[in-house]
Amino acid sequence: MSEAMLVADRLTRHFGGLTANLEVCITLERGKLHALLGPNGAGKSTCINMLSGDLPPSAGRILLEGQDVTGLDSAERSHRGIGRSYQRTNIFPQFTVLENCRLAAQSRRPRPWRIFTDAMKTRDTVERARAAIVEAGLGGREQRKAGLLSHGEQRQLEIAMVLATDARVLLLDEPLAGMGSEESAQMVELLRELKQNRAILLVEHDMDAVFAVADTITVMVEGSVLESGPPEQIRNSEEVQAAYLGEEEHG
Amino acid sequence: MNSGVVTLFKLAVLAGLMLFPAIGSSFYVELVAKILVMAIFAMSLALLVGFTGLVSLGHAAYFGIAAYTVALIAPEYEAANLWFVLAASVLAAGAAAFFVGLFVLRTKGIYFIMVTLAFAQMAYYIFHDTALGRSSDGIYLNVKPDASLFGWTPFSLDDPAQLYYFILAAMAAVFVLLSFVLRSPFGRVLAGIHSNEHRMKSLGYATFRYKLAAFTLAGALAGVAGFLYAVLFGFVTPEYLSWHQSGNVLLMVILGGLGSLAGAVAGAFAFIGLQEMFSDWTKHWQLLMGLVIVAAVLFMPTGLAGLPRRIFRTVNWGEDDE
Repeated sequence: MSEAMLVADRLTRHFGGLTANLEVCITLERGKLHALLGPNGAGKSTCINMLSGDLPPSAGRILLEGQDVTGLDSAERSHRGIGRSYQRTNIFPQFTVLENCRLAAQSRRPRPWRIFTDAMKTRDTVERARAAIVEAGLGGREQRKAGLLSHGEQRQLEIAMVLATDARVLLLDEPLAGMGSEESAQMVELLRELKQNRAILLVEHDMDAVFAVADTITVMVEGSVLESGPPEQIRNSEEVQAAYLGEEEHG
Repeated sequence: MNSGVVTLFKLAVLAGLMLFPAIGSSFYVELVAKILVMAIFAMSLALLVGFTGLVSLGHAAYFGIAAYTVALIAPEYEAANLWFVLAASVLAAGAAAFFVGLFVLRTKGIYFIMVTLAFAQMAYYIFHDTALGRSSDGIYLNVKPDASLFGWTPFSLDDPAQLYYFILAAMAAVFVLLSFVLRSPFGRVLAGIHSNEHRMKSLGYATFRYKLAAFTLAGALAGVAGFLYAVLFGFVTPEYLSWHQSGNVLLMVILGGLGSLAGAVAGAFAFIGLQEMFSDWTKHWQLLMGLVIVAAVLFMPTGLAGLPRRIFRTVNWGEDDE
């Protein structure tokens, strides 16, 4: 049974005279991973930025479990259950892995007036952070400085932070970027586990990974959706091959 | 260097400051009291610059507004109630910071520096040129406030030693308060904003509110310093709000080391100590001070707060901790 969590309804975004996204429609369902493919400049980043609240759309609506969240900023959407990881690693490099995730967990239990409480000893945030670290496969690295982690571990930390906010909709921007094959395989495994009870949007260039985990694939070209459907349909689509491979040769 | 040694060192400094009036001449007792007041001022700015990443170049406004509040509301020839004027001054400074923060915190980086300066200049000219400030020369606070509380008078600020201890207690209280704030959930959010504000927003933090709270708290604590300064010297002038004053306190924070409360205190001692020493030698003392600041930034990037650790490492004394 599928259940629509996040719906992008004809999202459009202009930058001056340039139309970066034109009437893009995407539906994310619980328990499903929806991959967003497309050559560079196809508008994938614009799309994920609109979904996360980093960029306001010029037109169109975003519905989270039926409620319109188009007017909410990224902080408010985070509280509604949308969590996002970034293409360029976006962590707190001077903090430990645990503190990166504890801050994420603290956003659900803020206690701003408890100025005589030691934040490191707020048990619920520490426990939530530890669980997220283990779930993202970083168990044992809690006390390491985030900036000293390997690139792949920093990508895992990105996801651990999103998990620590109890997000039900995950927007993952190229989590496999710059990863070796072994790390990629681990990340694919992690994505499979994460989608069990969440809805995931995956923007990714790694085709093998996308076809291995995606339930639905949407291909964008020049700001519009070219085709959307199950992996086999996309794999066999002549239109996708023509547009996508044609672009690849130029770029 | 373990935290036990650090705590011991801080307690030793506190003990030294407590014993000081017994050995120092009245000139030096007043000088150290002035340094302690400036240490409060520097710590309040360190909360913004060192811990939240907000470089304010107009922090003297809140110092001066509190100083003027006590001078303006105290009766001319009799003592005001200490607790009432203290609360009023700190509230005035905090309210001003809250109001200014509503505007300036919408900007970032160089623009933030410029608009904090602009608001401080506006405040300066209000006291310098309008009837509110009475005269561009300043106002005397003829009688020190009276500390009585429901008929009981715990101490008298007319006695220089007791005034000194009152200021020392205020400095210690602000130090302890900020130490708690910085390790609290609120303080950790400020550290997160300092490190990566964009990510804090995407994690669900309304960062503007946190910055506004920090800006207001910093303004209120600068107000504590401004109040004590007015009481200590019995005089207020528009110069308390001038951009020189904002620049001096910023230099204290930088000299002490960004991101350290103890550093801010050390920076106040170093800055005012050097100021006294150089101005004894020459009236061009600012040239010498400039050289010291340049040298400190070049050769002591972690400030005075980072010095013990570097010395420990050089002489390899104590355990290696990294």
